[in-house]
Amino acid sequence: MSVFNQSRGRIIQIIIGLVFIVITAQLINLQIFSTQYKLAAENNAIYRKIIYPDRGIIFDRKKRALLENTISFDLVVTPSESKGTDTAALCAILGIDTTEYKKRMLDLIFKNTRVRPSVFEPLLNAELYAKLTENMYKFPGFVLSERSVRTYPFNTAAQLLGYIAEVDTSYLRKYKHLGYEMGDYAGMSGLEKTYESILMGQRGIKRFIRDNKSRIQGPYENGIFDTIPVAGRNLFTSIDVEVQQLAEQLLQNKIGSAVAINPKTGGIITMVSSPTYNPNVLTGNARRKNWGRMVMDTAKPMYNRAIKGQYPPGSTFKPLGALVALDQGLVTSDYGIGCGGGYGACGGVFVRCEHSNAGHAANLRLALANSCNSYFSDVFRKALDNKKWGNPNQGYLKWKEYMNAFGLGRRLEVDLPSEDKANIPDTSVYNKFFGGARRWNSCSVLTLGIGQDKMTATPLQMANLMCIIANRGYYFPPHFVDSIENEQVEDTVLMNKYRSKHVVTNIADKDYQAVNDGMHDVTVYGTASHIKIPGIEYCAKTGTAQNPHGKNHSLFVAFAPKDNPTIAVAVVVENGGYGSVAAGPIAGLIMEKFLNDTLSVAGKATAERITNMDLVPQAIKNWYTRKDAERAARLAKLALEEAAEKDEAENIKENNKSNTEAILEQGSKPVGNKKDSTEKYKIKAALILSEDKKKRIGGRAQ
Amino acid sequence: MIKNKNISQGVDYPMIWLYSILVAIGVLCIFMVEYREGGNWFTSFIGGKTNYSKQLFFAGFCALVATFILLTDSKLFTAFANLMYAFGLLLMVATFFIGKNINGSKSWIPMGGGFNLQPAELCKIFTALALAKFLSRQETDFSKLKFQLIGGAIAIAPAILSILQHELGLALVYSSFLIAMYREGLPAQILIFGSSFGVLVIASLIIEPNILMIILSVIALVLIYFARRQARRNKGIITAILFIWMVSVGTQRFVIPYIFNNVFECYQSTRIYSMVGKDYNCADNVKSLKKQKAGNEKAPRKPDDYNVRQSKIAIGSGGFVGKGFLKGTQTRGKYVPEQHTDFIFTSLGEAFGFIGCFIFLSIYLALLFRIVQIAERQRSTFSRVYAYSVVSILFFHIAVNVSMTIGLFPIVGIPLPLVSYGGSSLLTFTILIFILLRLDADRQMVLR
Repeated sequence: MSVFNQSRGRIIQIIIGLVFIVITAQLINLQIFSTQYKLAAENNAIYRKIIYPDRGIIFDRKKRALLENTISFDLVVTPSESKGTDTAALCAILGIDTTEYKKRMLDLIFKNTRVRPSVFEPLLNAELYAKLTENMYKFPGFVLSERSVRTYPFNTAAQLLGYIAEVDTSYLRKYKHLGYEMGDYAGMSGLEKTYESILMGQRGIKRFIRDNKSRIQGPYENGIFDTIPVAGRNLFTSIDVEVQQLAEQLLQNKIGSAVAINPKTGGIITMVSSPTYNPNVLTGNARRKNWGRMVMDTAKPMYNRAIKGQYPPGSTFKPLGALVALDQGLVTSDYGIGCGGGYGACGGVFVRCEHSNAGHAANLRLALANSCNSYFSDVFRKALDNKKWGNPNQGYLKWKEYMNAFGLGRRLEVDLPSEDKANIPDTSVYNKFFGGARRWNSCSVLTLGIGQDKMTATPLQMANLMCIIANRGYYFPPHFVDSIENEQVEDTVLMNKYRSKHVVTNIADKDYQAVNDGMHDVTVYGTASHIKIPGIEYCAKTGTAQNPHGKNHSLFVAFAPKDNPTIAVAVVVENGGYGSVAAGPIAGLIMEKFLNDTLSVAGKATAERITNMDLVPQAIKNWYTRKDAERAARLAKLALEEAAEKDEAENIKENNKSNTEAILEQGSKPVGNKKDSTEKYKIKAALILSEDKKKRIGGRAQ
Repeated sequence: MIKNKNISQGVDYPMIWLYSILVAIGVLCIFMVEYREGGNWFTSFIGGKTNYSKQLFFAGFCALVATFILLTDSKLFTAFANLMYAFGLLLMVATFFIGKNINGSKSWIPMGGGFNLQPAELCKIFTALALAKFLSRQETDFSKLKFQLIGGAIAIAPAILSILQHELGLALVYSSFLIAMYREGLPAQILIFGSSFGVLVIASLIIEPNILMIILSVIALVLIYFARRQARRNKGIITAILFIWMVSVGTQRFVIPYIFNNVFECYQSTRIYSMVGKDYNCADNVKSLKKQKAGNEKAPRKPDDYNVRQSKIAIGSGGFVGKGFLKGTQTRGKYVPEQHTDFIFTSLGEAFGFIGCFIFLSIYLALLFRIVQIAERQRSTFSRVYAYSVVSILFFHIAVNVSMTIGLFPIVGIPLPLVSYGGSSLLTFTILIFILLRLDADRQMVLR
């Protein structure tokens, strides 16, 4: 009968063949036409480990490193492998309790799964690190992993250098094209931010094969796709670390700023904004502790007043007033007026002058030396009322143009982020203020001539102005970084901005000489005559800016030596009174330190006196007192809470423990049991608090 | 019979070559799965602790068994076929009492020395022999329903026992005897009917119930339209069409949902649904709901097709030429579960790509066609039926195993013949093939 069904053998072969064709078709589909599986396989099995390069170092002008890289360690745990860890010992070393330990573990598991390593305790200090390394064998699943951290051997220039921090999601979104990844560090302020691309170097990527539990199995393809990290390049700045330290010291207990620039190059020698902070408090694990406090501080230690503080320049503006008139040919250095104690040509406004003796404004040099308000009011009006421009409005626009050319009212493009342009108001501002373009004239804005009214300038702009006068008509844009290690074409493009000379005026040397002489006279017999630099003649101008909120601001601008100047300084001390009282000596000492490399005996005494001078306004001191009291209250409350928790801990321990452990086992989200109980004790503790303390806490909350 | 006859006489050498090549490929594949960079593979190989060295040991043992089988007399198999079948069934029943629980199925008998025997595996051989014996009986006329039913019963009995042991995959294997029976005269309608039913089941999983009902109705109406001429002569046709339509719709609307929700376990339904690319909602499953109430099972998770996904990733990432021997990242990362046994095909697919898979499948195809060829040259019905049984079993294993790794079939625990790791499985297929070779060597004899 097999004969009958012979053909069926063929049919069976056909069926087998068809099934194999279907299978082959699916294989073609999977292996040849689908790309998704290749990608999925790479995501599965290839682990890209980023090798961080060493960040570039920032040096001062004498090649001293302002910051260094040191290795810090993170305590990293892989929860799934941490069974058998001596929890009690670990907690004892870290100074936490077992509840905290479990809480952190749950948190890590929730955020980063059980099988992936996560940071349990970041940036260990040396003592902890030593203790942990000794005991690591007790803690399976825990490892110490390296991380590079900045340290600052000179404890100085915090606001200039800036800080680095882990990038957050908004940063990642903003700099998508630069290939940052979660966990990277990047410069967030100061030079670290401006020169991020140079300092960061190039990350290396190592590829590893990992298994289904994310364990590394070895290098992928023996590392042929790996890239080697390229270390960040170093920056060489014009900062003088000793001068910087001195300036910071001098501005202690004061609110203000000091900027010193080398007029020959535009390189910034020192830039201080007070109050400042020790940069080491924002690195490593200190950062967590201090960040909040610093941001909340009412005196704003992280605010760089040198580029963001806006001060009316006051009398320090006078040399510029003269230069504008000279450049326009309205006056010569021989021009003089008779001042009898004030400027009254405007009728309505009367500008008082400190001097009333005859001949104190007989020429430019004398007027500058005596800081004659009348003279500079007069010169200012001449500039605005210049017939050439038609009307005062146009005259003002021309004057404003001059201001901008001299670097006021615009950004100087210093290599720090978030520089402010301060304020030289536009005509529209005055039109609005006075109610129309025709309703104001040179008299209405007369005090602009003596650096008041609506004009403001940053200390950096004032110092840059001094550079122009010191150089007799030109400047290099102020900057910190003189050169970059292994400078490349694109770096040169970047740096050319700071290497190009900006010529501002076409004033004859004779007229400049008059300005310089006048400023020199200030230091010989004028307002700064008591401030001396041993062996060096210098030029200066004091300023006292009226401050509607309190005591006048003390201003001082100077450059030295008189001939061939190499340093130009601007100092502002808020609420410091006369320019020669607070700001003057600081500027003098900065110049002395820079030019003589050391302070004389007298200089040291002055430095001591100035350092101890306390000019912080009472309001800010009150704020600190209040904060301290609040902190004390908070600590007391915490202590009470802890005591209450300890009492109850015994009772709930059993229940709590089994609960948390069950959760640890499952790796799912915790149940709200524990939180409820702590909440309860908080309320209890609050009840125990005395009435007045509660009031204080309540008040703070509002 | 001639004494001292040469055992190699009449033995089909191409078969032995194909067999050896496949076993060698199997050992290499297991080596790929086990291999870890850095470790001294030679020492661990000698140590015999690794699966590939164990598999090599099994292969050696199988070579011994194969030689032994070639030395026996082929009359032995006809003589003891029924007895062995009974013995096999007895062993399977025995597992219910002395069985050992491995991976949730109580189908293993511990043999001592760490080896376990799965009687259901051996039962495949015995069933093949018994079926061959039954069909080759003089009085059997397989065109009669009675004998068809008895033949079916022989195949179904061990299948039922396997299902009772929770070995669904093994039970399905017995359905492959249909192919052998088809060759011996089982009406083609049964196969056609069976495959139509399969299409209906798949369609009702994929297509919305209402849309499918409309499609079925349209097909029925079109059929009636074409059959209207014949219908004048024979009213029965219309009735038959309407009856089939009703059965189809009933199956699709009520029977299949009932089976998936009430008969299958949640994970089984999920697997079948995931094969057609659909999610199965375990909240509909009565059994899982019951378990939830009893508190034995966690709330249903999202359908988990991890196995199939990883298996497809491994094979798909191989590309056209593959990543190279021992270079498979998915294999080395142990992403595919059970890769040395049921998913061994993935390691090959990843390492050698489409080319490798194609050559590998061609070897299998050559093996199957060779057996069909051997079957057709047998003079005795016993040998022919047995040969077709072997083809059927091998074909079913290969097709189902490969299909499940590439996502064409739900995951059932069926090994890839001669390649997957496992002593029982290798031994079973060795015995199956070498009995066939013995019978083929004696094809001049008439065996009953």
